[in-house]
Amino acid sequence: MSGARRLLILGGIALALWGMSYGLWYAVFAEHQALDGIGVSLATGFGAAAEKNSVASQAALDQYREAKYRYDRQVDVHGHWIGLAMLLIVLGIGFDRIGFSQRTKFLLALGLLSGAVLFPFGVLLQTFSHGGFPRAVAIAGSALVIGSLAGVVLGFARGETLAQSSRN
Amino acid sequence: MAVSPSSSIGINFRNMSNESFAPLSARRLLVLGGIGLILAGMIFGDIFAVFVLHQNAAHVGASLSAAAHAALAGDAPTVLASFQNVGGFLENRGTKVDTHVHMIDFGYLALMLAILQPWVGFGEALKKRLAWVFLFGAGLLPVGVFLIHYVGLLYAPLQYIGWASVFADFGGLLVLLATLVFLLGLLKRSATEQPGRVADNLLADRSASARLLLAGGVLFVLIGFLHGAYYAAVDLYRHEALDYSILSKMSAGAAASNTAAVESALVDYGQFQGDKAVKIAAHAHIIEFGLLAMLLAFFQPYVGLSERWKRRWALVLLLGSVMLPVCVLLELQGGLIAGGLADFGGLLVIVASFAMWMGILRYTGALDASAGEAR
Repeated sequence: MSGARRLLILGGIALALWGMSYGLWYAVFAEHQALDGIGVSLATGFGAAAEKNSVASQAALDQYREAKYRYDRQVDVHGHWIGLAMLLIVLGIGFDRIGFSQRTKFLLALGLLSGAVLFPFGVLLQTFSHGGFPRAVAIAGSALVIGSLAGVVLGFARGETLAQSSRN
Repeated sequence: MAVSPSSSIGINFRNMSNESFAPLSARRLLVLGGIGLILAGMIFGDIFAVFVLHQNAAHVGASLSAAAHAALAGDAPTVLASFQNVGGFLENRGTKVDTHVHMIDFGYLALMLAILQPWVGFGEALKKRLAWVFLFGAGLLPVGVFLIHYVGLLYAPLQYIGWASVFADFGGLLVLLATLVFLLGLLKRSATEQPGRVADNLLADRSASARLLLAGGVLFVLIGFLHGAYYAAVDLYRHEALDYSILSKMSAGAAASNTAAVESALVDYGQFQGDKAVKIAAHAHIIEFGLLAMLLAFFQPYVGLSERWKRRWALVLLLGSVMLPVCVLLELQGGLIAGGLADFGGLLVIVASFAMWMGILRYTGALDASAGEAR
């Protein structure tokens, strides 16, 4: 198994395990409470509106916005870590078909793995801070994944061309 | 789907070693179980999309409307009752989506682990046990999640978590543990292996159908990522702001007894939810189908059909994989026609996956028969 392939396959399975552990922890200890919080704040907001109490209604909806913001990101993190991990494993399995040098393949694999770790991590950081840094981490991670994947597509195309010419 | 004895399928049977695909071997269990899970998840998803999704969205909308009108009328108890209904409908929808997604993703993971079996440095007996544990957990989690809505907190062991959740989480834990042990097996082999010692002819296949699926799959994943990046840059924060501002408008309208503001906010909220749902669904589906195409590309040598039919099914799968997300995106403008075409696209993917699964079953049958004759 080449270095690039090993990095993608072992890194991908480790990331899938990490994503599953996070999902399991979240399902057991956080999700039900988070959903409950979203429901209660929404109901409180409209309940206060029924009592014609605009201030209390607005305060409850502010709580709803914050709880929903956190919940959406926590679920996205779980899904994206596992989804990206599966992509790493599949690409790792077929990585020998890429028509680039071992060094370029390793760099592409490194870009994919670091992007797959960073992107959801940046999204997770957004649940702690609304500042620019978490968003920058998420954007950098997704740019790494997309850029490396575009390189992989080119590599597959080049590999096919090379294989075709060697068959002829 | 005719196959002549002298076609490429016959050559494949002679060339393929049956050692790595022996009856009830870990690889065979994971391949057949994995594709079975994917098919079950997709069929469930299609049934859900046709018979539950839109009806459920209508119920959520009606309950939210009832809550807003109750707030307008100053009826707080009805507001609470309506939101309990909204919660119930959302839980019904959420658990069904989770069932669909987890079943399919566990199927993908099973297929990946199947491909990696020759690199797992354990004996076949342990690998087989791990495959069974994985598949049991992969079946238990979605069933548990599906039952959450129906079992609820009946005799619940914890304040927030019912028995269905407990079993679902236990299923997830089994999958996690089995995957962890497979990873340890890979590391064990990787530490002792000489470079290039493990050869697997499953990965050497460069048939037209395999190349078509691999190229199409990678392309779909890339398009899905670009669409996701576009969504994050243009729509994500706008949608979050809309969610808050429309609900604020609705509650403020109710507090001020402004019926027109409440009605207008209800219409806006319905449109916003639809816009958000189709964009997220299109993003998720094109990536999932891309991954499926790439995975199935590696299993083409095990599909016991002629090369021509393998190519046809590959094309059907790719066509369905494009149709579903594109038509889902067009659902807001195209209405029922686009929705129907999206469901048809999903059906094409299911039929093509089923045909490949049958081809693999056919291959295993021929393999076992030839092994029996040899004995």
